[in-house]
Formats: sequence, structure tokens, C-alpha cells
Amino acid sequence: MNVVIVDTECANLTSVRFAVERLGYSVLITDDAEQIRAADRVILPGVGTAAAAMRNLQRKQLVEPLRELTQPVLGICLGMQLLTSHSEEGDVDCLNLIPAKTKRLRDSGLPLPHMGWNTLQPTADNPLVQGNDSYCYFVHSFAVAVDEYTIASSEYGERFASMIRHNNYFGAQFHPERSGKTGEALLKRFLELELC
Amino acid sequence: MLAKRVIPCLDVRDGQVVKGVKFRNHEIIGDILPLAKRYAESGADELVFYDITASADGRTVDKSWVERVAREINIPFTVAGGIRSVEHAQTMLSMGADKISINSPALLNPNLINTLVEEFGQQCIVIGIDSFYNEQSGEYEVHQFTGDESKSHKSAWQTKDWLQEVISRGAGEIVLNCMNQDGVRQGYDIAQLSALRAHCSVPLIASGGAGEIQHFVDAFQKAQVDGALAASVFHKNLFSISDVKAAMAANNIAVRPIEALQETT
Repeated sequence: MNVVIVDTECANLTSVRFAVERLGYSVLITDDAEQIRAADRVILPGVGTAAAAMRNLQRKQLVEPLRELTQPVLGICLGMQLLTSHSEEGDVDCLNLIPAKTKRLRDSGLPLPHMGWNTLQPTADNPLVQGNDSYCYFVHSFAVAVDEYTIASSEYGERFASMIRHNNYFGAQFHPERSGKTGEALLKRFLELELC
Repeated sequence: MLAKRVIPCLDVRDGQVVKGVKFRNHEIIGDILPLAKRYAESGADELVFYDITASADGRTVDKSWVERVAREINIPFTVAGGIRSVEHAQTMLSMGADKISINSPALLNPNLINTLVEEFGQQCIVIGIDSFYNEQSGEYEVHQFTGDESKSHKSAWQTKDWLQEVISRGAGEIVLNCMNQDGVRQGYDIAQLSALRAHCSVPLIASGGAGEIQHFVDAFQKAQVDGALAASVFHKNLFSISDVKAAMAANNIAVRPIEALQETT
């Protein structure tokens, strides 16, 4: 199994790598388009801002290569938001791999960012999470609205998509690498997933 | 529903976990990694590591333990102490820390907060505030360099004003350490936490004073904090994290259950 983490030069690359290694897989962190193309699994991590992350991907000429992948791809946190068509954060066009939009979480009087452990309500066809109301670790101020690409939702002032999917592209708004056993199980299923 | 967080805090000095009373007289508790793993496995929602010597000594200490912790545990953790530049912050984050907490260096150079937020994002920038209740003036004062008794002193800021300042500069979370309460296990400073909660639009973590299970329940119910940090009660096994969570759940406070009960593969 050839697992690649796309080097987005963001802060949480290391914890994603360690999480995959704890499952017994070796990991390559790279921004080389050929190596990303050749991978069996691609993970797109991200923290920071959507505009900065998109600039990095453009500078590294990774936008088109990332758009052409056919193996399972998992975007984490900002990495998930980058899979959508557009983010309100910096009013930036994203990779448009999942036709959803990323918006600022509504100010409902709750503290923001949405930070901490919250529950997931997965859809019946979610191949990565089993069981309702598992807790996962979130840190974000922007979120994707619930639509037909949502495969899990969560509630914080409003309901938002905590996981999305279109074809081989998956996104998780929370951090599976920091979500205890639930996150481990999700990553394991992603790595063992067989797409039909 | 978002769970309230129970956060063991490990004060680190020279690679070992220590604990003092009212920030003084530190005693060694044990090695970092076994303690971190034990807490992660027994239900901690997050860990905070305070390198209590770093700011006061003006030196950069060996932080290779950060990477060892990141490699082993599967819950988020924050590193605090001595981080005073983008380079320092970058090192901690690239070793696998999820958040960095800034205290004295932010008081010396408030612009550091903006720089770090721009560079790494609001989500990983925590501001620690050491707040002391001055009985004579009746005011809450921000102190700095509290890791070293000889250098610890009052800053020019009142706590409420400094809180507003750091939030306006982009802080993603606040850890409010109520110094009068620290290490004496008489309960969190509910009056102060409640007063500041009203002015804190970002997550607020209570620190200083936990001595009984009920203290956690009080902090969540009376002061509406997002998390409660504690050190000595867990280090000394006065009670366990699961005891705290059971009491919270019994009081209808949202908690993340201990993971053995959760989904496994």
C-alpha cells in the first residue's frame, strides 16, 4: 500500500503521518505530481486559510493533478474544504471536486472556532464511519452546508456537513488523526476501502 | 453536541513532568510519555504541556519530546512555554503539536499574536493568561514570567482588557489560569471565569484550583467554560478522568465517553 500525504506545507502534516504509521502503513509526504498520481491512497491535509492553501497548490502546480486522481482521496479539515467548489474564507475558488460550498459558521452566540469533540451522524451509505454519535475532534470556523454529497453531519449552532463524498473523493471536517479510536477506525477503513 | 473538555495539564521541566503549588516549589511527577499515554487512554479529551522554565530562562529548550508525544497519542495536544517567534511555533507544529499556547511573549510583543494567526491560522493559537486577584485593589491583574519566582511580576494589563486585546488580534482559544487558586485545590475561580466568559467569544478553558470532582461540574455549569484544565488531582490520583466525566454526565453536561465503550475496528 502506497500512501501519500500531499505536502501542503501546513502545520498538521506530522500528526496525519503518525496516525497512518500507527496503523502499520508507511507514508510518503510529497508535492511531486507523479508520486501523488502513483499512490494507492492520497490524503490532503490542511490547516490555515483556504486562500493561502489554494495559492500553495497553484504554486506547486498541483491543482490539475489533484483533480485527475482516481484512487481514494481523503481531504482533512481545510483539506476537505479545498475539495469543494468555493470557500467564503478569502472568497477563493477551490478544487471543485465535490460541488459544495464552504461558508463561515453562523454566529449563534456559541464560541467560535468550533473547537472540541462533537458527534457525527453518518448517512447509511457512509463507508468510513459505522455507528451513530461517535465523537470526533473538530477545530474550524468555516463549514460545508449539508447537501446530497454529505455522508455525515454534525451540529454546532447549525447543522453542517462533517463528511462529504463524491466518487473517489472524501472529506472529513474533523481531524481523524486526533479523534481517538473513532478516527483510527475511519483512517483504517479509508486505507482498506475498495471502490467499485 | 459539542462535549465539554477535561484537560490534564502536564508542567514540563527538563523533559520531566513537575508540579508546584501556586507556581512554586516544583516536584517531579514522572516521565512525559507514559503519563501522556495514560491520560490519553483513560479519557482525556486533550493534553496541555507547559514548559514552565522556558519563558523565564530566555532560552530554547530541547523539545524533541513533542514529536515523541505526537507519534504516540491520538488526541490533540497543546504545547506552551517559551514560544516567542514564528520559527519556534513552526518547530512545535511541525513536530506534531496541534496548538501552541503563548503567554509572556505575547505580553512583551502583542503583535506576535497577529503574526502567528496569519501564519498558522487562528485554530492553533491559544493564549494563556495568568490572572491574579488583587484583594487590595479588587482587580484582576495579568502576571508574566510566572514560571520563575524571581522573575514573576505583574504586567500593566487588567485581565478583562488583555482578554479583549488578544481576541481582537485573532486568538483562537483562551486558557485562563487563576493564580490565587492554582495548586491549592479549593475550586476554580467561578466568579472570575463567569465575569470573563461574558467577554470571551472564543473557547475558554478554566485553569487553577481543581481539587474535587464537583469543581469541574461547577466550572461547566456556573461559568459555562468549554474545558477545564487540571494537573495535581490527576497526577496524584485523587480521582480519575472517568470519575469526573461520570459526574458531568450525571449533571447533564455533554461529555465524550471513555473510548473503550466507543466504536473499535
